[in-house]
Amino acid sequence: MFYREAGHFRDNYQADMALFPIREDRIGVSLLLFAAFVAVPLLHLARIGPFSGDYLFNAILIPVLILSVAAIGLNVLVGYCGQISLGAGAFMGIGAYAAYNIAVRVPGMPLIGTFLLAGGVAAVAGVLFGIPSLRIKGLYLAVATLAAQFFFDWCFLRLGWVTNYTPSGSVSAPALVVFGWEADKPVERYLLVLTIAAAVAWGIANLVRGNIGRQWMATRDMDIAAEIIGIRPVEAKLTAFAVSSFILGLAGALWAFANLRSWEPYAFSIDRSFQLLFIVIIGGLGSIVGCFLGAAFIWLLPLVVEAVPRWLSIPISADAAANLTLAAFGVLILLTLIYEPHGLARVWSITKHKLRRWPFPY
Amino acid sequence: MAHRISRLSALLICAALASPSAVSAQENGQFIPVLSYRTGPFAPNGIPWADGIVDYLELLNQRDGGINGVKILYEECETGYATDRGVECYERLKGKGPTGAAFVNPLSTGITFALTEKAPVDKIPLVTAGFGRSESKDGSVFTWNFPLVGTYWTAADVAIQHIAKELGGTDKLSGRKIVLLYHDSPFGKEPIPVLEALAKKRGFQLTMIPVANPGVEQKSQWLQIRQIRPDYVVMWGWGVMNPTAIQEAANVNFPRDKMIGFWFAGAEPDVVPAGANAVGYKALMLQHGAGRAKVHDDLDKFVYGKGLGKSKPVDTGGVLFNRGMVGAMLAVEGIRTAMKKFGNKPMTGEQVRWGLENIDLDEAQLKSLGFEGMISPVKISCADHEGSNKSRLQQWDGKGWKIISDWYTADEAMLAPMLKDAAARYAKEKGITPRDCSKES
Repeated sequence: MFYREAGHFRDNYQADMALFPIREDRIGVSLLLFAAFVAVPLLHLARIGPFSGDYLFNAILIPVLILSVAAIGLNVLVGYCGQISLGAGAFMGIGAYAAYNIAVRVPGMPLIGTFLLAGGVAAVAGVLFGIPSLRIKGLYLAVATLAAQFFFDWCFLRLGWVTNYTPSGSVSAPALVVFGWEADKPVERYLLVLTIAAAVAWGIANLVRGNIGRQWMATRDMDIAAEIIGIRPVEAKLTAFAVSSFILGLAGALWAFANLRSWEPYAFSIDRSFQLLFIVIIGGLGSIVGCFLGAAFIWLLPLVVEAVPRWLSIPISADAAANLTLAAFGVLILLTLIYEPHGLARVWSITKHKLRRWPFPY
Repeated sequence: MAHRISRLSALLICAALASPSAVSAQENGQFIPVLSYRTGPFAPNGIPWADGIVDYLELLNQRDGGINGVKILYEECETGYATDRGVECYERLKGKGPTGAAFVNPLSTGITFALTEKAPVDKIPLVTAGFGRSESKDGSVFTWNFPLVGTYWTAADVAIQHIAKELGGTDKLSGRKIVLLYHDSPFGKEPIPVLEALAKKRGFQLTMIPVANPGVEQKSQWLQIRQIRPDYVVMWGWGVMNPTAIQEAANVNFPRDKMIGFWFAGAEPDVVPAGANAVGYKALMLQHGAGRAKVHDDLDKFVYGKGLGKSKPVDTGGVLFNRGMVGAMLAVEGIRTAMKKFGNKPMTGEQVRWGLENIDLDEAQLKSLGFEGMISPVKISCADHEGSNKSRLQQWDGKGWKIISDWYTADEAMLAPMLKDAAARYAKEKGITPRDCSKES
C-alpha cells in the first residue's frame, strides 16, 4: 500500500535503468539526503536537542559514516566478488599514511587530490596483494590477505619515512582545507565526510549494476561458470581488489584526517579488519544499504549497551559495566546472526515487503 | 567472584527500590571525567590505577565535601586502552557538569596523542602524570598538556644514570651493551631519542628490540638478547608484557637484577605473576612507590570505612593505586590553585589550566595533603609543565618493593635542547606560535 513496485509505467530505457526506478524509493532517498545534508546541520545551528553539541558529530555520525565507506569498500571484495579478505584494516592504513605523506611532502596539494591519490596508492597495493587470489581461494585467500595485514602493520611501525621519522611513530593530520574552506568544526567535517560517503555509495551502486559488477557477481557465484561464459577471472578479481582497496584507502584517509586527527599504527590493526568484516556480514553481504546499517549497528551497539544502566539510573560499577558491555555485545551479535543470517539489509527488504502488503498481509 | 555477584545483585535491588543516585548534569559541582580501562590486556594495571583516582576523588567528597566546598562530580568511562573508544569517552564527558570537564587524564599515551589535537579546541587541560608526550613539558608550545612529575625522557635519563652508578661511574658506560626492550607503540618509542643521544654521548652500544602489542609473545626477542649478552636490559613495557618479559628472562637465565623496568613496568601486577622469577628485578619509581602515607589512613576512615572504596583496603598502598592518587591529587591541586584566583565555584577548563600552570606544592603542603614522602615538591610554570624531574629506583624482593637508590635528577643540560627541538618541530608542523613565557602571570 505504502510501497508499490506496480503501476510505474516507464516509456524509455533510461527510466527503466535508473538507480531508483520506483518513485517511493526516490522520494525516500531524497528525504534522507535532505535530512542528512540540510536538516542535521540546521538543527545543529539552531542548537536543538542532541544536535547542539559536538558529541553526536564527533563520536557517532563521523565515525559511522567513515566506517560505512570502508564497509562499502570491503563489500565490493567480499560481498560482490566473493573474495574473503582479512586485510581491510591494512588498506585503510595505507590510505591514511599515503594521505599523510602526500600532505607532508607535497605542499599545496589540495585535500581532495590527496584523498584520491591516497586511494590510488591503496589500490595499487590492493592489486599486488590480490594477485594470489588468482590461484588461491576461500580460506586460503583469507590467510594471504592476513599476511598483507601483518606486512603493512610492520611497515607502519618500522619504516621511518612512513611516519616522516616521527620519534614516537604517532602522526597528526594537517588542517582540512577544501577549495579554501577549512573544515575544522565537527559539523563541517561531518558534511565533508557525508559528501564523500554519498558519492562513494552512489558510485558503487552504479558500478555493481554495470558490466564490471556483473562480472564480479558471476565470479562470486561460480568462478568456473563465469570463466566459461567469457569472463576473465584476472580482470574481474583484480578490478575488485583495486576498487575495494581504493575505497578502503579513501576511508582510511578520512578516518585519520577527519576522525582521529592524530593516530598510531594500532588504529589500523587486525582489529579494524575484523570490525569491518563484522560490519559487512551483519549489514549484509552484497548490499550498499547494509554497509550503513552494519556500521551503525557495530558502532552504536556498545555505546547503547553501556548507556542502558545509566539511562535506567542503575548504579553499576564501571568495571561491571565494562564487562557486561562486552558480554552483551557478543550475545547480541550472535542473536542477530541466528535470527537474521542475511544481515540487516535483509531486515530492510523484509520491511519493504511488509509495507507493500500492508494492510492485507498474507 | 561470589562476593562480586552478590554485591552486583544487591546494587540492582537497591536501584530498583531507591531513587536514582547517578550524577546528573544539573547538580552543582566540579565535573571530573575518569577515563579508565578495566577490561582488555592492560586491565590488571588499569584497574588499580583507576581505583586510586576514583577513591581519592571520593575521599575529597567524603572528608572535605569536595574542593574548597565545591562537590566533585565524577563519571568513569571505559576505554579498553583503545584510542577510538577513548576519544568517544572524551567527547561524551567533556561537556558534562555546570562548567564542563575540569581536566582529562586519559591513562594512555595513545589517547593522549589523539586528545592533544582536541584539547586546545575544547579548552580542557590534559593531565598526564608520568606518561604522555615528553616534549609537551614545553608549556609555551603545549599550552594544554601537563606531563606532571616525570616524562618518559626523564625516565630514560635516570635509568642510564643508575646503570652508570651501578657500574661505578659514567665513564664505565663506554663499550657496554644495553638493550631497550620496548612495547611497539608510541608509548614504547618515546624514550628512543634520549637513549640514542645518551648512547652517542657515553659510548655504550644500544640495541632496540620491539615487542608487538600486547606482548605475550617474546620468545624471539629473548633469544636475541641471549645472543647479544647485554650488560643491562632497560624495559619499556606495560600490562601483560612485563611479567612475560620477566618469565622469559628467567628462561634464558638473564639476571633479573640487570633488568631495569621504567615506572610503568614497576608495579605489583608486573612482578607477582612471574613469582619467584621476579626476585631482584628493578624498576624506576616516578617518585612514589608502594607504601602508605597519612592519606591512606584517611581513605580507610572516610571511604573504605563507609564501604565506598573501589579497591580492597590491603591493595590501597600498591604502586599503581598510589599513582592514581598522586595524579588525581596534583590535578585537584591545580583546581584549588585556580579557585584561589577565580573564587570557590566550579572552574572552567581554562581556569583549571591557569591553576595547573601555577601549582607550587612545597613539603609542608604535601604533608598537609597526606602525601608526605611520596613525592618531592612540585612547581609548575609556563616553561616547565613537568614540575619535577626526579626519580628513585626500587627492587622487588619477592614480597614487596624496596627503595634502593637516592633521588636522581634528570640531566637538563642534555634534555632541554632536545625538548626544545621536538616542541619547535611540533609547533612548526601545527602552525602554533609559542607563547612568551616571560609575559605569563
